[in-house]
Amino acid sequence: MELRVAGNCAYAYTGGKSFDPKLRAVLFIHGGEQDHCVWVLQSRYLAHHGYAVLAVDLPGHGRSEGPPLARIEDMAEWITAVLDAAGVKAAALVGHSMGSLAVLECAARFSERVSRIALLATAFPMRVSPDLLEATKSKESDAHGMINAWSHSACAHYPSNPGPGFWVIGGNLRLMQRQKPGVLHADFAACDGYKAGFERAAQVKCPALFLLGARDAMTPARAGRDLARAVPNSTVVTLASAGHNLMGEKPDEVLDTLVEFLRA
Amino acid sequence: MAAPRSLQFDTLSLHAGQRPDPVTGARAVPIYFTTSFVFRDADHAAALFNMERGGHVYSRISNPTNAVLEERVAALEGGVGAIATASGQAALHLAIATIAAAGSHIVASRALYGGSHNLLSYTLPRFGIQTTFVDPRDLAAWKKAIRPETKLLFGETLGNPGLDVLDIPAVAAIAHEEKLPLLVDATFTTPYLLKPFDYGADLVYHSATKFLGGHGVAIGGVLVDGGTFDWEASGKFPELAEPYAGFHGMDFQEESSVAAFLLRARREGLRDFGACMSPASAFQILQGIETLPLRMERHVENTRTLIDFLGKQAAVESIAYPELPSHPDHALAKRLLPRGCGAVFSFNLKGDRAAGRRFIEALRVFSHLANVGDAKSLVIHPASTTHFRMSDAALAEAGIGPGTIRLSIGLEDPEDLIDDLARALSAAKA
Repeated sequence: MELRVAGNCAYAYTGGKSFDPKLRAVLFIHGGEQDHCVWVLQSRYLAHHGYAVLAVDLPGHGRSEGPPLARIEDMAEWITAVLDAAGVKAAALVGHSMGSLAVLECAARFSERVSRIALLATAFPMRVSPDLLEATKSKESDAHGMINAWSHSACAHYPSNPGPGFWVIGGNLRLMQRQKPGVLHADFAACDGYKAGFERAAQVKCPALFLLGARDAMTPARAGRDLARAVPNSTVVTLASAGHNLMGEKPDEVLDTLVEFLRA
Repeated sequence: MAAPRSLQFDTLSLHAGQRPDPVTGARAVPIYFTTSFVFRDADHAAALFNMERGGHVYSRISNPTNAVLEERVAALEGGVGAIATASGQAALHLAIATIAAAGSHIVASRALYGGSHNLLSYTLPRFGIQTTFVDPRDLAAWKKAIRPETKLLFGETLGNPGLDVLDIPAVAAIAHEEKLPLLVDATFTTPYLLKPFDYGADLVYHSATKFLGGHGVAIGGVLVDGGTFDWEASGKFPELAEPYAGFHGMDFQEESSVAAFLLRARREGLRDFGACMSPASAFQILQGIETLPLRMERHVENTRTLIDFLGKQAAVESIAYPELPSHPDHALAKRLLPRGCGAVFSFNLKGDRAAGRRFIEALRVFSHLANVGDAKSLVIHPASTTHFRMSDAALAEAGIGPGTIRLSIGLEDPEDLIDDLARALSAAKA
């Protein structure tokens, strides 16, 4: 589905079903240098189980127009604009990595628009090492290699995402390579520059799920738990043997945890 | 923090796609000899059928043993995923059938394996798919042959049997300029010698029967998607970028930005054409891949030794191997194939067809059969076997003469292979 947001086309995958704003809405926000398809299984399942799903491409990513947003705060505001454009009063927000910070910021500042939040592979502060941040600007291919190696816990995944026979690591690399030049640095700089995490966490009023990977080398589970402790009504689920790419490495576990959380 | 390093080729050959079995602890890949898989409940069944969960339903569509092979080859090639098929020919057919239909057109190298040539020349036209064959070295011919209805450019990394080296970067550039994908048969090179995706190819397939397996006990193919081609931006592939009535209106490119081709190939191609691989074959091919780096190194080493020997024999008129300065693709081979040009090559015997027959029948270590890429050394006479349907003119166009002998060099002691060839060359003179 294509929406008009701030004068640009904003793309949202609706899970293979027509979007019905009268249903309970779930909005998925991907991480840095990615797009909606990281949520393909989870979003498709929920769309076929009674939810109105919007798995968005952030500005400048995938099919969405416009330059990438420079700050996490801008992403939170953009999310509310997407909800406006889709005719949704309030939604559950699910975010991965960079997207999880946008979810946190949005839930704290626009609590009336957010029914509950799920933060996957999150951490605060989400600092980026100087070497990696420099590589995102000066040599994207090196940065992609580092990110991909840090994002996966193993070289074998069952069942793979989006299904058997898919090489999760190769798919993640290609997805990053598909994004436009400059997006990677903008995303990682936004993560690195976000300062309000603990402050916003204390302001969250809705239930919050923290879904973490025990082997996450990008956003270590320990840092995710620190952030979870700052959210008044939070639950932490840590997936064993999972790295940063939770949806790719543990698609069923992610889905089952989300289904239970959204149903509660 | 130190920059992490991804697993390298030899390690991936052993580990990609598989971990010790979580139920039994089995270290080797289990053979899942089952046609079908039990659903946890009705919702799980529906979710699997509707691609809301990843998993296995029926072994024609996917199987855990096959999935290991698929992910391993995809990892070695640097792709996003793969599909194991009943044979290399099934992989070629699956690639074409996923994106072409009646009225479609293909531009292909004319230096192809005979079976591929048959499929494109005689069989696919019955289904409305036409092919224009071009000299793979003539880049202008590739470009000129493209029509509005063209869906695919296709060639072999090393043409069979003349070992024409496909200029993948140049042909890929021509394809991409026209918003078309390049499909490459990489059977002769394997990812150990050449990774076509690194040079711009979009789809790669193997007859896994050959070097990937290496043992000559299993027929199979693997089709790999590089995940590089933007099917939607091309505007020429509604099969992948528009709703498909055969799968609940699914738009495959919308489902996966990088693996739309594979989604349709599996969900339609394996489902409807059904040319799947047996899990037993997948297991056997996986055993071969575990030693692929070691074998390919030895294959190339033995090949170089034998070419050096043959080059000194008076009875040998010419040898076609791209590492030789006399080969027209020598410079290109140095650029694309620095690790070697494989272990299959042809040479021309002096004399007539009878000399060729005497040569083949005098061999004791080499086996006379229609295959390549075995651990054992093999020999064949293309004009009377693999390419027998082709006219003399077509044979000549493909670089094959009546005295052409094709060898596939195995892993034996090179001295024994030299002795065998010396005996046969002597017999050929008689």
